[in-house]
Amino acid sequence: MKEKPGSVVRVAAPMRSLAQRFAFLLLLGTAVGLLMIGRTDPKIFNETRMALIDSMAPVLDALSRPVATISNAIDHVRELAHIRETNAALKAENARLLQWQHAARTLLAENDQLRTLLKYSGEAPAHSVAARVIGDSSGPFIRSLLVNAGTREGVRRGQAAITGAGLLGRVAATGGKSSRVLLISDLNSRIPVLVESSRARAVLAGDNSRRPRLTFVSANADVKIGSRIVTSGHGGMFPTGLPIGVVTEIGDAGIRIETFASSDQLEFVQLVDYGLDGVIGEDNAPMTQGAGQNR
Amino acid sequence: MKSAVWQNIDLAARKLTPFLLSLVLVILNLVPLHLPGYAAISPNFALMAIYYWALHRPSLLPSGAVFIVGLLQDFMSGGPIGQNAGILVVVYIIAVSQARFFYGKSFFVVWWGFMIVSLCVATMEWVIASLLDASMLAPKPAFYECAMNVAAYPIFGWLFVQVHRTLPQEE
Repeated sequence: MKEKPGSVVRVAAPMRSLAQRFAFLLLLGTAVGLLMIGRTDPKIFNETRMALIDSMAPVLDALSRPVATISNAIDHVRELAHIRETNAALKAENARLLQWQHAARTLLAENDQLRTLLKYSGEAPAHSVAARVIGDSSGPFIRSLLVNAGTREGVRRGQAAITGAGLLGRVAATGGKSSRVLLISDLNSRIPVLVESSRARAVLAGDNSRRPRLTFVSANADVKIGSRIVTSGHGGMFPTGLPIGVVTEIGDAGIRIETFASSDQLEFVQLVDYGLDGVIGEDNAPMTQGAGQNR
Repeated sequence: MKSAVWQNIDLAARKLTPFLLSLVLVILNLVPLHLPGYAAISPNFALMAIYYWALHRPSLLPSGAVFIVGLLQDFMSGGPIGQNAGILVVVYIIAVSQARFFYGKSFFVVWWGFMIVSLCVATMEWVIASLLDASMLAPKPAFYECAMNVAAYPIFGWLFVQVHRTLPQEE
C-alpha cells in the first residue's frame, strides 16, 4: 500500500529473513520441547486440552447434527432397497431368539435361586449416560472419539464406553461437558479379557488396525476361530463379561479379534459407571466403593 | 471518514482470512462423517491450507500463526502436543522456500508439490509416533492418510483459489 524508500527495503530484507529464520528455529524448538514434556508427563496437558475441547463442544455438537441427519437419510434409502430380505432374515432370527429368550429366562430364575442360596451380593447396579458423538479425533496413529457428556453428567475417567453390540473403549479424559473416549483399537489400549468358553485369560492390545490383537495368551489356552472374547474384570476397570468380539484369525501375526462394536457409523455411545475404581481411576475418584465388590 | 474506518476493518478481516480459515478447517476436520473407515485416514484439511497460503500469500499467514493452527490440531486430537505444530511449521518452511519455483506454474505442478510435502508429513508422523511409542509401528495408516490428502487437494485448492480472489492484492 504505502511507498517505502528503496534503501530501507535493501537493509530490511536480509534483516527480515534473519528474523524469519530465528522464528522458524524457535517454533520448531518449542514444538520438540512440547513433545518431550508431553512424553515425560502425559497428564500435563490434559486440563488445557479438555478445557479447549469443552469450549469447542457446542460448535462440534451443532456441526455433527446435520451430518448425522444426512447420513441417516442415506441409510434409510439404502435400507428401503433391501427391506424384503431384511424382513425375512429378521423373522428367522426372531424365531431363534425366542428359543434363546426361553433358555435365558430359565437360567435367570435358576441363577437367582442359586444366588439366594449362596447369599451372593452381586455387582453394584450400573449407572449409565448416553452421549452423542460430536467429534472423531482419530488420526493415523490415534483412535479416539469426542462425546458431549462430561463431569457435569457424572462421567469419570476409566468408565466403559459401550454400544448395543459391545465394548467400544473407555473414557480417557473428561471435561465439564465433553469427554474423550479411547477406542479399543488404539495403540495405547490394553484390556484384560477372557475367552468366554474356556475362561482362559489374555490381554487385548490395540495396534491401530481394525482388528486388535490378543496377547499374553497362555500356551495351553483353548482359543479357536469364532471364540467369543469378553472383559475379564481383572484390574477393576470393567465388570466381568462385557462382550468385545470374536476371534477371526489365528496365525503367525497372532490372534486377532473382530470387535462387535464399531465406531464408523456411531451416533451415540453409552458411558457406563459400574462403580468400579480400578487401576485407572486413582487420581479423580475416591477409593471407597471398590472394596466390597471384589470376590 | 467513517467509510475509511470500515475500509480498514474490512481490510484487516480479509488479511486474517487465511489464518481464520485454517482454524475453522481444523474444527471441521473433527466432524464425524459416519463413513466406514474414514476417521482414521481422513485428510488433513489444515495441511492443505498451510501449503496453499505458504506458496501464494505467506505474508498473510506468518509462521507463528501456522504454529498456532498446528497446536489447535494437537489439542483437539488425542495426539501428542507439539506434533502437528512442528510438522506444519516444517511444511511452511519447505513451501515458503520453494514458492519462487512454483510461482506461475500450472495447478498440476502445485499438486505434485503437495504430494511430495504430504509424503514428508506421513514420514514425519510415522517417525514421531514410533519414537514416542519406542517401537517400530506399521507405517501404513500414515501413507493411507497421505493418499487421501493428495486425492482431496484439488477440491480444497479450488476453495482456496475462490477465497484468494477476495483478498486484497499484495503490497
